[in-house]
Amino acid sequence: MTTTTVKARGAGAGTTTRSAAPERVRTGSRLKPGAHKDNRIGWGFAAPFAILFGLFLVWPVIHGLYLSFTGQSLTGSGGELIGVANYAEAFADGDMWRSMANTLWFTVLSTIPLVVIALLLALLVNTGLPGQWLWRLSFFLPYLLASTVVSLFWIQLYSPTLGPINNVLATVGLPQPAWLQDPNTAMIAVVATTVWWTVGFNFLLYLAALQNIPDQQYEAASLDGAGRWRSLLSITIPQLGPTTGLIVILQVLASLKVFDQIYQMTTGGPAGSTRSAVQYIFDTGFTGYRFGYSSAISYIFFALIIVISVAQFAIAAQRRKGAQR
Amino acid sequence: MTAPAVAPGSGLRAPTAERARRPHKPGQRRFGPLAVVSVVVLIVLAALWLLPFLWSLSTSFKSEADAAATPQTWLPAGGFTLDAYRAVLAQGNIPTWLFNSLFTSIVITLIVVATSALVAYAFSRLDFAGKKWLYVATIASIIIPPQVLIVPLFYQMLAFNMVDTYWGVILPQAIAPAMVFVLKKFFDQVPIELEDAARVDGAGRIRVFFTILLPLSRPILGAVSIFVFIGAWNNFLWPFIVTNDAALLTLPVGLQTIESAYGIQYAQNMASAILAALPLILVFLFFQRQIIKGISTTGFGGQ
Repeated sequence: MTTTTVKARGAGAGTTTRSAAPERVRTGSRLKPGAHKDNRIGWGFAAPFAILFGLFLVWPVIHGLYLSFTGQSLTGSGGELIGVANYAEAFADGDMWRSMANTLWFTVLSTIPLVVIALLLALLVNTGLPGQWLWRLSFFLPYLLASTVVSLFWIQLYSPTLGPINNVLATVGLPQPAWLQDPNTAMIAVVATTVWWTVGFNFLLYLAALQNIPDQQYEAASLDGAGRWRSLLSITIPQLGPTTGLIVILQVLASLKVFDQIYQMTTGGPAGSTRSAVQYIFDTGFTGYRFGYSSAISYIFFALIIVISVAQFAIAAQRRKGAQR
Repeated sequence: MTAPAVAPGSGLRAPTAERARRPHKPGQRRFGPLAVVSVVVLIVLAALWLLPFLWSLSTSFKSEADAAATPQTWLPAGGFTLDAYRAVLAQGNIPTWLFNSLFTSIVITLIVVATSALVAYAFSRLDFAGKKWLYVATIASIIIPPQVLIVPLFYQMLAFNMVDTYWGVILPQAIAPAMVFVLKKFFDQVPIELEDAARVDGAGRIRVFFTILLPLSRPILGAVSIFVFIGAWNNFLWPFIVTNDAALLTLPVGLQTIESAYGIQYAQNMASAILAALPLILVFLFFQRQIIKGISTTGFGGQ
């Protein structure tokens, strides 16, 4: 077996034989590629992580897969193998499809503003107004709150009678929906809360990227007579391309895993209109006590995430190839 | 936890030096209409982002009667009162939950940072049997959402008798493959010559790791610690599943029970939320620079 990186091997070779004969070192490491010189010390460093990793990640992944082929319940009964019955049931389960569809819909609805608003905020803050730290703080602060705190805040804000949102709507004479209790508005309300809560993270990523665009590019453009809009469209936005790619990938993955704020604000309601895939896993496993079935749904959801990730990386790679051409 | 003070001259490999990075002012010739519009839009947006805080803060200072009255006012109609805070603190749960959150988050952070730094060093510098497999498995596992493991993990906690214990909260959160990756990438960039010099002088691997590599890595270790801490502090789903005993709940989970138990006490709900929000806001104010730099350079956050 060879080591993972050429660099690592070179490093190992260079340090283990710390003699004044570098050429012997180099040939030495080439001659026996299968020999691992640092077995004991290497595993000494790796063991604490490897043990936790094996116990609390690798094993649950394997055991979860096994459970998904059993009728296991929380009470301990039904542990025998039942083949693909759970998967067959899941594929015919309208509630599961609904939760997957809700998750995808939430992902689409949240990712777009979480990218666009983050970019807008970063562009505005980056114009060089005084009070930089205050702007950063305003937009990033919500990101530091626990989901429960966010939910408590927003349940109050959305309150049909006591909330300030409907107060304002009443003052200007607009209809006042029961935001979280109305199937037509619940998802939008949850998305708006999510945008408020997490946009600060993407905003900081954009801000850092903006500050890395060399000044000279703007100076050159300005000498050529380009105005602000021209500079924005032909320098800033293209330069932010890789950052946008990264943000979209991270955001889609984060949005797909949504659970906390929806569960806390609507418990998936009204009438299942906001129940996410993770909540369905939770509900079948910890309210319905059907561990086997819940594991099967976990794996279906996991497969969905992998497919979406692979697709995203393929698109990103395609883009990069296109850009090089 | 010690403050990850930024050693002079050692940034988190930020592409440019901090001081040279002021905001751009493309075409700063005159104070045109575009600039005025930007300022107005920015102020409106910042206000929108701060209003939920201010509303909640204001509600927490209302009496319960004021907080339930219609129409609601922006400021407490009957004057500011600390009654809600007094009531919440008198129930005695918030300080317990605060301690639980602090304790579990600190232990999780310590375990994650220690084990990740050690294994990242092994990945970066050492050559041992099975290294390739362990590394590939670690990187591949970054894609696994912890949420899909809740059932087998709970099953495991039942078997280990760890349901409703601190260890049950801590152990499943004590691995962060993404952080291993971040640290390994960082170690790869540290020049090997620094270690070679010490090893010529007879220092062993362990000494080199502790006396040379770790001090050089303080900024990145600080960033990783803060991310792991924020992630653990704010984690809801796992502690929610594995704990039931009110004495063992973490703050986010405890707040969820408040919401259902005293749903009508609006002012008290807000006071609890504000109390729960304060610790991390303080952490942020202290470590603002490290957090912002860490996010900008690694692209990883707590959530």
